[in-house]
Amino acid sequence: MNIFAPVGRVFLNFLRSVGRLTIFTVKSLSFCVRPPFYFRTLFSQMVEIGFYSLPVVALTTMFSGMVIALQSYSGLSSLSSEGVVASVVELTVTRELGPVLAALMVAGRVGAAMAAELGTMRVTEQIDALTTLSTNPFKYLVVPRILAGIVMLPILVLIGDVIGIYGGYLICIYKLDFNAVNYLRNTWNFMQAVDIVSGMTKAAVFGFIVTLMGCYNGFYSKGGAEGVGKATTNAVVASSILILISNYMLTELFFSK
Amino acid sequence: MSDEIKVKMTDVHKTFGKKVVLDGVTLEVKKGESLVIIGGSGTGKSVTIKCIQGLLTPDSGSIRVDGEEIVGLSAREMERINAQTGMLFQGAALFDSLNIWENVAFGLIQGKKMKRAEAKEIAIKKLAQVGLDADVGMLYPDEVSGGMKKRVGLARAIAADPELIFFDEPTTGLDPIMSDVINDLIRSCVKDLGATGITITHDMSSVRKIADKVAMLYKGKIIWYGDVAEIDRSGNPYVEQFINGRADGPIQMEIRG
Ligand SMILES: Nc1ncnc2c1ncn2[C@@H]1O[C@H](COP(=O)(O)OP(=O)(O)O)[C@@H](O)[C@H]1O
Ligand SMILES: [Mg+2]
Repeated sequence: MNIFAPVGRVFLNFLRSVGRLTIFTVKSLSFCVRPPFYFRTLFSQMVEIGFYSLPVVALTTMFSGMVIALQSYSGLSSLSSEGVVASVVELTVTRELGPVLAALMVAGRVGAAMAAELGTMRVTEQIDALTTLSTNPFKYLVVPRILAGIVMLPILVLIGDVIGIYGGYLICIYKLDFNAVNYLRNTWNFMQAVDIVSGMTKAAVFGFIVTLMGCYNGFYSKGGAEGVGKATTNAVVASSILILISNYMLTELFFSK
Repeated sequence: MSDEIKVKMTDVHKTFGKKVVLDGVTLEVKKGESLVIIGGSGTGKSVTIKCIQGLLTPDSGSIRVDGEEIVGLSAREMERINAQTGMLFQGAALFDSLNIWENVAFGLIQGKKMKRAEAKEIAIKKLAQVGLDADVGMLYPDEVSGGMKKRVGLARAIAADPELIFFDEPTTGLDPIMSDVINDLIRSCVKDLGATGITITHDMSSVRKIADKVAMLYKGKIIWYGDVAEIDRSGNPYVEQFINGRADGPIQMEIRG
């Protein structure tokens, strides 16, 4: 047997997946702007992504803000002033940690659930059933989820930012004995529009990635319960990797001079 | 029954990877007729009807519904064809997230844009037609038995008064009495609507109850076609082996699919 055959097969399979994902992405985006729109599903997905992810996002950003405050105080103590700690917390939370952590949490919560739900619908022929009932499964299942992801992640991140900064504030006021008014003033003075804008942009892109990967993996899952399990894992792994890679690229885009 | 042809398949081929599933299927169904396709598991019966519904695209060949070629139609044009067809899936394929009347009304609300209240009335009527009370409409699919799911699937398939209805193994997994109930319902629903029916089964009692015409699929081809009355004297060794359910004969079960 030719030793290149398996290599070739893996490569061809890879190309096929990339092609299929590209078509899926283009299709989803083009259906996003074409009627009919399913507002009920859109609304329930927005609640699922935005509202029910709040506790996890709040907890992760809160503790991250607290950790950053501690680290920047102890690590930078030689040049530390109240201003430095406040600004480091503000910067890391709004630019990086807020969007990335929220997206990773949502990937684990919502992306996985979407892959499992759509995967189950695929293997039990519910997706075929939609088609036979004159309903386009892309428009009915995929579009509302992706739109909800793009809209809700920035909102989640905005809330996460506030909570993260509040976490830093708690540490500074109650543990490091900073002056509360100074801390808030420092944070406010240091904050730039680009921090928020870049964070929100990242969040929207991550929201797209998470929901796209959840839907894509679910939509094309096959082979019963095992296939659904695989789809779920793939959705989470793929979206986590893509989040971190695109985070780097977006940071480069916004901040490299 | 008229002489008009409802569905006509000509030399349809379909392969998955290297596996040849349909190898030149030619078949026609007259308007108002009930055709039953028989054949062993994995012979491509489901693939055949999925091709007619545009859920799968044949590699080659022609499929005409009401004289219109459907191979190569866009998803949007296929929606128009599917608007006048109904399908009862093998596992019923009810939507888990919707209750039973919403399942039955789905095609009316989403596909035909009917008002919910109006669609609900029709759904309740269709549920009554398959012998289910209105209270069942408020339950969810996971709260009812397998036989009830099939009935609900049947009600959903006939909800929009289709002209063409597909039944994929309607009695598989049901006890003999429930099977007979479902067979009767299929018979009466198709007759009441004056619809054309295409049923897949390997249950001979279904065949005798539902069929006007029988086609047997084996190794990707239709190897026998005729009136249901002729099935016992077909003189075809494949058909005889199948209807008598013998292990020895010309049909060799492929142990490895
Ligand atoms: N979407 C698909 N992808 C790959 N193989 C498929 C697909 N659908 C069906 N097959 C294969 O085609 C064959 C026929 O399947 P099917 O039509 O479901 O059989 P049955 O006659 O029992 O309904 C099976 O071997 C199945 O593995
Ligand atoms: Mg089948």
